[in-house]
Amino acid sequence: MAAPPRFWREIPSRYNLLGTRCKNCGKVFFPPRYFCPDCRRKGDLEPYKIKGRGKIISFTEVHSPAPGFEKQTPYVLALIELDEGCRVLAQLTDIVGHEVKIGDEVEMVFRKISEEGEVICYGYKARPVKLF
Amino acid sequence: MPEVGIVGYGIYLPIYRIKISEIARVWGRKLEGGMEEKTVAGPDEDTATMAVEAARNALKRAGINPKDIGAVYVGSESPPYAVKPTATIVAEAIEATPETMAADYEFACKAGTAALQACIGLVSSGHAKYAMAIGSDSAQCRPGDALEFTAAAGAACYIVGASSNEWLAVVEGFYSYTTDTPDFWRREGRPYPQHGGRFTGKPAYFKHVIAAAQGLMRKLNLTPQDFDFVVFHQPNFKFPLQAADELGFPPEKVQPGMVVQHIGNTYSASSLIGLAAVLDQAKAEQRILLVSYGSGAGSDAFSIRTTENLESKKSLAPSVDYYIKRKVLIDYGTYSKLKYLG
Amino acid sequence: MRKVAIIGIGITKFGELWWSSFREIFMEAGIRALEDAGVSGRDIDAMYVGNMSGGQFIRQEHIACLIADQAGLNPIPCTRVEAACASGGLALRQAVIAVASGMHDIVIAAGVEKMSDVLTEEATGALASASDQEWEAFVGATFPALYALMARRHMYEFGTTEEQMAMVAVKNHDFAARNPVAQYHTKITVEDVLKSPPVSTPLKLLDCSPISDGAACVVLAPAEEAKKYTDTPILVAGSGHATDTLALHSRKSLTRLDATIEAARMAYQMAHLTPSQIQVAEVHDCFTIVEIMAIEDLGFCRKGEGGKMTEEGQTNLGGKVVVNPSGGLKGKGHPVGATGIAQAVEIVLQLRGEAGKRQVEGVEIGLTHNVGGTGGTAVVHIFRRMD
Repeated sequence: MAAPPRFWREIPSRYNLLGTRCKNCGKVFFPPRYFCPDCRRKGDLEPYKIKGRGKIISFTEVHSPAPGFEKQTPYVLALIELDEGCRVLAQLTDIVGHEVKIGDEVEMVFRKISEEGEVICYGYKARPVKLF
Repeated sequence: MPEVGIVGYGIYLPIYRIKISEIARVWGRKLEGGMEEKTVAGPDEDTATMAVEAARNALKRAGINPKDIGAVYVGSESPPYAVKPTATIVAEAIEATPETMAADYEFACKAGTAALQACIGLVSSGHAKYAMAIGSDSAQCRPGDALEFTAAAGAACYIVGASSNEWLAVVEGFYSYTTDTPDFWRREGRPYPQHGGRFTGKPAYFKHVIAAAQGLMRKLNLTPQDFDFVVFHQPNFKFPLQAADELGFPPEKVQPGMVVQHIGNTYSASSLIGLAAVLDQAKAEQRILLVSYGSGAGSDAFSIRTTENLESKKSLAPSVDYYIKRKVLIDYGTYSKLKYLG
Repeated sequence: MRKVAIIGIGITKFGELWWSSFREIFMEAGIRALEDAGVSGRDIDAMYVGNMSGGQFIRQEHIACLIADQAGLNPIPCTRVEAACASGGLALRQAVIAVASGMHDIVIAAGVEKMSDVLTEEATGALASASDQEWEAFVGATFPALYALMARRHMYEFGTTEEQMAMVAVKNHDFAARNPVAQYHTKITVEDVLKSPPVSTPLKLLDCSPISDGAACVVLAPAEEAKKYTDTPILVAGSGHATDTLALHSRKSLTRLDATIEAARMAYQMAHLTPSQIQVAEVHDCFTIVEIMAIEDLGFCRKGEGGKMTEEGQTNLGGKVVVNPSGGLKGKGHPVGATGIAQAVEIVLQLRGEAGKRQVEGVEIGLTHNVGGTGGTAVVHIFRRMD
């Protein structure tokens, strides 16, 4: 699915949660934006690493997979509102036996995303923060 | 020999667990003595993903800037690629790139400690401020083979550094015993390893583990009485206890580092996770003998002495016990889907 | 800017048209439209064709050129318009602008998609190319998954139920059964929908529109000349087009489509009309939840009450505004690029009084609502009888 150069280019964001932050208005963007939609040319975007914590605002269990995700089916996708205020879509992981709910707290972890086309694409997934 | 210390350690275990009795039930075999459960990597996990979480945990304990890491070495016998290093994936994911040395190590189950020796060499010679060694495996085995009762998944990471005030433990010395012994191997392109059955015992595991432990003690002028703990590579529940007995270590010195009964044989991570379990429990100024074993064959023995810093650093990342308790049991059908059909 | 009217319509059957090629279905819809308008191909000044993904479905780009060629209409200008599932609606808008500006007089707006030549998985993948490739598709998002996230949030915030969503599908199948060109002629029950296999929870198979082949075509002319061609010209009273963020994670809300709200506002303003004056509407029910959100965003009811409005039958014959009398995307089929034009064809039929057993009595004002992707594009048109 992701050609090697296209996947590789976003590695800092995929592996290390590197987003951007507008120095002018303070808004954080993850996934990164390269132009502040509010400040426009007055905006000044710098690299900004998000903490990787947030909570689930919606989720769905996918039974009809996207190409390349057949072996993981069914899998759960969630929209997560990060502590920094921005939202990100991520697959949930380590949720076997866990009942996912809106409001669940999650942390971003490093996992395999897909393996189509032989190059393994790694990236972030969200894991519920549970107290053991 | 210049002293080098460990400034951070971290491990990772997958959440999936299968009871060994469940495997025995499916194959109609007798349950292997002492073994309870083993870990199973999830569909989105592999040697690289486990290594990354172990490394991130080690960094939490070390509290260092990852850019100061001069080398990242990953030891594994189940790397995701036959050609393309796992170490670069890990180095990128911990933000140690681009000014770092990196490579993968292979020496069956002792690839992690081999990497550790290289890291110690680089740091003690001044070629790296910090160096990171990882043992990580998601072990392969043929369905129904004896190995299925133990082959598991996990990772462990150790960061060594030169500044003594950062050490949570000191590496007092190490010794390796190596021969060409074909006890367990896997040819390129084959999915599963093969092994020599009972040949993997006396001429392989025991010969090298005993020789390495005795060689180290001779070199440092120490006896079993000088050690508070001994940690062996744990291919099953019996071998480490037997090795301890032969060397003259009482059971209470071995037990704290025994994790195989809960997590299985995590191959390159095995002895290193055992060491982490001991570090989680040890107090300051306690001495640990670490003896790894890798088929092919060889054994690395280390004498490690804890410092005052250990107490405050322990709690900065999840313990071995946390990961052992963080589990979800699966049945053999789910296990098959994850291991063989994925 | 002069006013624009529709003087002719043409549409093929929608479905898995195994024996018809892309070229054939386009020609079929086009010729029917020309016959309906009473114009010759040589009268056409320009064409705008909506097609989402010829490249992925039939490995063909440069669609506009192919169509002008096959229609024997070289050298007239022909433009392919792409806005994912709103390609058809946007093609209509471009055609309206072309005539309104005075640039061209008789203009075709058409839409065509041939989706069944590839495997279902490939078709699903092609549709997913309308989502954010780097941050949605990359992590495994599919179209049903993205709309399912909105559905679950809508249920969480407003108490919308899976039964209410199912009622959308039931109504639309009921209408489709009375539409000769619809893909499905089978009626279904709420229980059928609830029992159908999950696609992406809470959406099930029968909450989702199908993969279809089909083409539709309308002929536009300046309103002041429309009566020369037909006794029943239909005025394009309002047109609106708006964009929103591509990815769901950048949206301000998960329970409404701001692009719909803005496009509708533009169209209502241009037509000097309010939502309560709309009597019939063809909205974008690619999934049942989208019809529920659409009737809210178009102003037919308050935010959060779309489920209730559906349950009370207010979107069926005899209700406040009849929604998707053609069967909608769910019942009629959804050949992506053709849908926006097919919606216009249905409204024209309704306003002409030619909608047979699904006719809404006494309609004078109708609306079409076409969405691209998960709401990144929305196009709204308002039509009214010219007498």
